[in-house]
Amino acid sequence: MRYAMAVDTKKCVGCSDCVVACQTENNVPIGFCRDWVVETMAGSYPQLEIEIRSERCNHCANAPCVRCCPTGASHFDTGGIILVKQNKCIGCGACIASCPYDARYPHPDGYVDKCTFCVQRIRNGMPPACAAVCPTKCIYFGDLDDPNSDVSLVLKKRKFKTLIPEAGTDPKLYFLI
Amino acid sequence: MTSRREFIKITALGVGAIAAGTGMYKAGRFFALPDKPGKVDPDLTRTPTYCEVCFWKCAGWVYKNPEGRIWKITGNEEDQHCNGRFCPRGTGGVGMYYDGDRLKNPLIRVEERGKQVFREASWDEALEHVAGKMKNIASKYGPESIALFTHGSGSANFTTLVKAFGSGNIAEPSYAQCRGPRDEAFFATFGEEVYSPEVTDIRDTKCLVLIGSHIGENMHNGQIQEMSDAIDKGTTIITVDPRFSTAAGKSKYWLPIKPSTDLALLLSWTHEIIYNEYYDRKYVEKYCTGFDKLKEHVKDFTPEWAYGITTLKPDLIRKTAREMANASPAVLVHPGRHVTWYGDDTQRIRAIAILNALLGSWGRRGGFYRPAKFSLAQPDIPKFSEPARLAQDLFPGKYPVASSAVSNALIDATIPENNPGYPIKGWIVNATNLLSTIPNIPNTLKAIQNLDLLVAVDTMPMEITGWADVVLPECTYLERYDALRVAPHRKPAIALRMPAAEPMNNSKPGYWITRELSKKLGLASYFPFEKQEDLLDWQLKKAGTSLEEMKKSGVKTFEREQDDLYFAEDENVVFPTDSGKIELYSGYFEQLGFDPLPKYYPHEEPPEGFYRLIYGRAPMHTFGRTTNNPNLADLMDENCVWVNPKVANEWGLKTDQLVWLKNQDDAVTDFPVKVRVTERIRWDSVYIVHGFGHTGKQLSRAYGKGASDTRLITRVLVDPVMGGTGMRGNFVTFLTREPGKEVAS
Ligand code: SF4
Repeated sequence: MRYAMAVDTKKCVGCSDCVVACQTENNVPIGFCRDWVVETMAGSYPQLEIEIRSERCNHCANAPCVRCCPTGASHFDTGGIILVKQNKCIGCGACIASCPYDARYPHPDGYVDKCTFCVQRIRNGMPPACAAVCPTKCIYFGDLDDPNSDVSLVLKKRKFKTLIPEAGTDPKLYFLI
Repeated sequence: MTSRREFIKITALGVGAIAAGTGMYKAGRFFALPDKPGKVDPDLTRTPTYCEVCFWKCAGWVYKNPEGRIWKITGNEEDQHCNGRFCPRGTGGVGMYYDGDRLKNPLIRVEERGKQVFREASWDEALEHVAGKMKNIASKYGPESIALFTHGSGSANFTTLVKAFGSGNIAEPSYAQCRGPRDEAFFATFGEEVYSPEVTDIRDTKCLVLIGSHIGENMHNGQIQEMSDAIDKGTTIITVDPRFSTAAGKSKYWLPIKPSTDLALLLSWTHEIIYNEYYDRKYVEKYCTGFDKLKEHVKDFTPEWAYGITTLKPDLIRKTAREMANASPAVLVHPGRHVTWYGDDTQRIRAIAILNALLGSWGRRGGFYRPAKFSLAQPDIPKFSEPARLAQDLFPGKYPVASSAVSNALIDATIPENNPGYPIKGWIVNATNLLSTIPNIPNTLKAIQNLDLLVAVDTMPMEITGWADVVLPECTYLERYDALRVAPHRKPAIALRMPAAEPMNNSKPGYWITRELSKKLGLASYFPFEKQEDLLDWQLKKAGTSLEEMKKSGVKTFEREQDDLYFAEDENVVFPTDSGKIELYSGYFEQLGFDPLPKYYPHEEPPEGFYRLIYGRAPMHTFGRTTNNPNLADLMDENCVWVNPKVANEWGLKTDQLVWLKNQDDAVTDFPVKVRVTERIRWDSVYIVHGFGHTGKQLSRAYGKGASDTRLITRVLVDPVMGGTGMRGNFVTFLTREPGKEVAS
């Protein structure tokens, strides 16, 4: 099983519903977030293009954060999800520095936190909170090993990219373009 | 296209913190826990509500955590308004409940108005005070001298109270400051308005035309969901906007129009559609009147003519007209929602209505559907007596088409030197911050100084509450029952709102407030049920369900009585207009002395060194009412002013630099605002998101953040047809130093 997510940049309007839904679902303290929105614009008036992306931890198959964690708190879990064991984490911040996507933040309770693909939800058969809430339905989630999962189907149909491929992290977060 | 790149992290939170240093997170950004959290029934893990963060009224569920405290809000899958998905504002609605700045107790003013010195009072004393003043005003001037300004679901209670008291001066700013021109224009053309949620069939359209309407930044849930589905299906989207809006970024065609010239484009499209015979001939012959007059009227409005006015290339106008024709009748020229722009707004929307009629989209799949609404039984209450003097008698002959009271006219009538037909001496202001909603703030403040009574009912200490004589703290939508939601949609439906927690502090539901007040005014018979939930249960039982059942489902959807979502083939439709037809040519307008067919009149242009002020919405906020919400302020806590790079160059402005904005009448923003240099705005305009720049210090998160567009809207272009306040005729320039300190001495 390999969990993955695809975000359709053609539909995303950058409303940040994914951010606030994640914050409430996961009790992320205000002032922090596990996912965020990036907008890039190119061209000059009136020949313009924008791309909007909902970003988060890429759950890399080759994850620098896991490699550099001195205590084993950052680890691969079922389906390739990368999780942080709160009680093992000493908050040293090595993983934050190593992540090319800036996906981690120091939780005020002293450990490092980030997107878990809403592990508590997916284990109960529910999509991650961001995918469930998105009013544009631009977030697809599922198992890459299941050819009929939402994410497999949409990746078969559409062109996509990953972020910073040159980092060699093998991300599991895809952007439909 | 790599030359000019702009990169923005919209939600710039929480990442890279250790590297960036620890000073980044101020303790103040954590949840301020409420003083007295209300008790929650732990047996109920989720309770139904419908959202009140905007007025799309999505039905959803409020979940509690194991400690029994409100945790999160999600959409109800059965609900047509949201299909199980809330927008960011609705998801962040929890912040309305937890906001530590909420009003806590009734307040009575002790010093001069506006000084904001109050003392706490008991509910009994506060309501006694209000009732006494209302009776005084009635005996001195008549009950019509009380005016109600109201917004949102609580309106029903306050409307009943004020009508029972004997006044018809009940105004919702959502009319004259927002949707009014649209409703009147569609009414004049089709005999029917487009309602809220709009009856726009975006889901099935093949061509969606947005004119200044920025769906995606404006997050009305059903529309954004359907637009997204339309993008998936490859629908052609045409966006007309001087700003490269999010919707423009999703469009096949973006028409970067010169602001204030939309009517010229619409007339030119009409010309193209008629003279190329693109229109739906059968539909027009069967259902419309006035076609020949219209044809003659638009004869000269060629794309070349429009080019000179709009700066849009004739070829682009032709191509987009053809796209609409190819999709007809599944084409939707969107009527917009906030349409009070230039004072000729009813006429502009008439041109939109006419275009839809020519394309045959009204009553057709992919155009506008026929709504269905559930009607609820109403309790037996005494008949309201007809007020001796009406809103129209304040300024006889003005705004003849206005179908409801015009809030700005009520405000003007409060100023004696405007010579109103009779005085307005008391305001009840429910859930609307008039100092942010109504343009020309100095005028509103002047009006307030002439009042004998100003009561503000709100959950938050908004600017208007600072000017009130009596402040009544209402609890939030998460702590109360409210009227059942029966908004029109594809299918008739009812939705229930029930409290997820007890009212925090000493706040009370609107029903309780109005009922208690009605007792003190001798009007208790208008509120026959002791509690709102008793009324709801009675209504629900009459509707074949019950409060108990609705608590479990939240929403109940019924089938339509007839399969008439769209006109049937060759259906003989009688339109509720004077002629029974769609009126392309409006005899009604002609009789009243208005143009029976829309005409383009040029609008004033910005003077040298000034730029047209355009304002709009951000997806995480609903006007100024959410900018203090802890969850939503976390997503966006200030606005910025969008400036084209050419203009920035001339002024030497850089992104993130602070400037003050000054308008043509020397009105200056209260606070500095950050510049965002971006290609996404035309060189003749600047853009800011509405709702920021709060001056109320009690709003601890929103105070002093960004600029208020309302502060800069001192010139109001009033629509003579229905009284709408056109707000896009203001021009601003930049002050790079704090006002008063520009000149070094
Ligand atoms: S559109 Fe958003 S804010 Fe408006 S009612 Fe729906 S969820 Fe609430």
